[in-house]
Amino acid sequence: MTQPHARATTVSAIALALAGALVLSSCSTPGAAEQPGLTDTSVKIGTHQPLTGPAAASYAPISAATAAYFDYVNDQGGINGRTIDYIVKDDGYNPATTQTVVRELVLDDDVFAILGGLGTPTHSSVLDFLNDNDVPDLFASSGSAAWNQPEKYPNTFGFQTDYVTEGMVLGQHISDEFGGKTVCLLGQDDEFGTDVQSGLEKILGADGLAEVQTYSVSNQDVSAQIVAMQAAGCEVNVLATITGFTALAIGTAAQLSYFPQWVSSSSGADYGPLAGYLGDAAPLLLEGFISDNYLPDASESDNKWIELFQDINDKYNKGAPFNGSVVYGMAMGYLFAEALLHAGKQPTRESLITAVQSGELKGSGLVPLAFSKTDHNGYVGAGITVVHDGVQASTGERWVRDGDKVVAYDKPPVELLSGGVPSN
Amino acid sequence: MTGTRDVSTASAAPAPVRPRRPHWLLTPSSWTPLQRWGVTALGLVLALGATFLLDPYRNYLLAVGTAYLCAIAGLSLLVGRTGQLSLGHAAFMAAGAYAFAFTSNALADESVPSLVHLYAPFLVAIVVAAALGAVVGIAGARLHGPYLAGLTLALVLALPALTSLMSDVFGGDAGLYVSVERRPEWLSQLIADEQWQAWVGLGAAALVLGVLAQLVRSPYAIRMQAVRDDESAARLSGIDPRATRVTMFGISAATAGLGGGVLAYVTQAASPGAYSLSFSLFLLVAVVIGGVGTLAGAVWGAVVLVLVPELTSSITEALPLPAELSQRLDGNLAIVVFGVILVVVMLVAPRGINGAVGSLVGRLRRRRP
Repeated sequence: MTQPHARATTVSAIALALAGALVLSSCSTPGAAEQPGLTDTSVKIGTHQPLTGPAAASYAPISAATAAYFDYVNDQGGINGRTIDYIVKDDGYNPATTQTVVRELVLDDDVFAILGGLGTPTHSSVLDFLNDNDVPDLFASSGSAAWNQPEKYPNTFGFQTDYVTEGMVLGQHISDEFGGKTVCLLGQDDEFGTDVQSGLEKILGADGLAEVQTYSVSNQDVSAQIVAMQAAGCEVNVLATITGFTALAIGTAAQLSYFPQWVSSSSGADYGPLAGYLGDAAPLLLEGFISDNYLPDASESDNKWIELFQDINDKYNKGAPFNGSVVYGMAMGYLFAEALLHAGKQPTRESLITAVQSGELKGSGLVPLAFSKTDHNGYVGAGITVVHDGVQASTGERWVRDGDKVVAYDKPPVELLSGGVPSN
Repeated sequence: MTGTRDVSTASAAPAPVRPRRPHWLLTPSSWTPLQRWGVTALGLVLALGATFLLDPYRNYLLAVGTAYLCAIAGLSLLVGRTGQLSLGHAAFMAAGAYAFAFTSNALADESVPSLVHLYAPFLVAIVVAAALGAVVGIAGARLHGPYLAGLTLALVLALPALTSLMSDVFGGDAGLYVSVERRPEWLSQLIADEQWQAWVGLGAAALVLGVLAQLVRSPYAIRMQAVRDDESAARLSGIDPRATRVTMFGISAATAGLGGGVLAYVTQAASPGAYSLSFSLFLLVAVVIGGVGTLAGAVWGAVVLVLVPELTSSITEALPLPAELSQRLDGNLAIVVFGVILVVVMLVAPRGINGAVGSLVGRLRRRRP
């Protein structure tokens, strides 16, 4: 041995690989249980959420709210006598991490289903894996059209109104209220942006948008885009942006003394976090801010759902700031509880899917759900909300999609029954 | 000049002579290359067999670990043997992953034989990463220490900017979906998808370890060491330091590219978020923890890199912590633990885990002759 550094070679390397394998194998092997994650008294479900990273500030409260709602349900005896065990894994909004944590949930924690996996890039990366393993993939949290592919992904379902429909609803409102004005779009440089754009163009016409700008989440500066929109003479600016970038766009424009009419997709329009980003100037900057929403607004204190969610938030969520994310998380939990109830006394993964497709789920939204065998979209339309004096409230105007146009929807919203715990 | 540096220079290289009986764990340097390949193949067969002991999730972790191992092994030799510090090896992995993604997606649309669809993307990943490595290596051969580190750092920092600038090609932050060749039909009854992924990863890792094991026993290793220790002396001995550095940089980029290809194959995705600066630094930390410049050390490094996040997440779940706190710890505790391990290893075993194990074995042997 004349080379002290060259001691390690193949044999020892492979021996170590085997040692590593043995360390790994000492952990348990999942049993061949009939229904993973299901016992007579509990059902285990999991989700991947951005608890850290760039999207955490806006979206981390969602899973906390869902957990609080499940605590409330469990205290009432659960669904069909089963308590809901909800495991939240942090993926930092990074698809690479999502891959690992979802495999951990499915292969190691043996969850019965995945609920509300958040984000288009993150959740897209696990669709194939979940499908291969026949895991019910309920109510993915983004408006991507990818969740609605019943042929390719029979187990995957959306939750919120898809981005194309959101674009159409916003487009309809703009064409009704701001006819003749110059309409522009600032969109995220992915499906979110392009889908909202295609929705807007369905209503406003192919040349309905005077200027389309895009931004990337990894670059925290949108001044170039805002200047371009100002130069193009944009009067009504639609935002297909996540919350942080909605605030950034409005704030950047204000610094340039540019005050167009802002119209935002629901994903980036939650008043609470926006006001947090914009600080003291928020009520002034957000006055007249228009957005769409398919769930009741957090500030509508006379709505029965909001009353209940606020109550649960105080008791089970340590009184966290009550905003759109909390409503979203609890509405998500309620919808799952409904699906679990309809899946029967001895639910299986198949019966859960059948229950969602049955069309019996009502949800807690302003508009109906689309779920059927051939349609895996969530909510089918949206209402319009406007900020006035620092309160974001529904105008009562609601639209649902019908092919390539939207039609007004005037049936009453879903009623709150049996204390917000679904029962037969 | 190139003709003169061969066995004669190898034997003339000044190496500190420390008499030591070769341990059974270490292949004797008198082995022929063929014998070394034989041992590599044997080890691969054993490792493939060992995957039957693992459940699907552990097989998935093993597959990810082998991808890390490919990159760590190349980086370890680069840092340890030629003394070139690269902070940007994740960028070479990303190059491999994207090359794999483009090739595999293109082949998925054509009706090519499944073996071609399985192997060709890996080959392209290696070639592309090696080419990028050679280009960076040529620029980097003029640089030393922190300056080279700075260059490679810029590379990994530029990655997300590049992918979002050309988001129609690279898919922006979301990255690319990779359509891969799955396990053969006749195997699908026998093994789970994750076990097959582990097999593919182990094959790649065996290839990397096998090639690098040949490399460290070849005269070339002496040249690398000579360049690292004293450039002027190496030059006087007829060794071209630039060519040596560029070659090693290319080789180590190629192994990182193969690792990126494996990761793209296993996760079916190539995204900038997977190859961040922090991941790049983790690779280097793994090299140091395992033992710089050794292949066994690279294996230790890969094991640590895979197991630490696993263990910390099971610890945070096992401890009776409030849900909020344990969720906060979930993603962050691993980073702290890595730091602590790095500090402890540096204090207790400056030559890494591999060095510590080696000296422990040596001590035991001396006690019981």
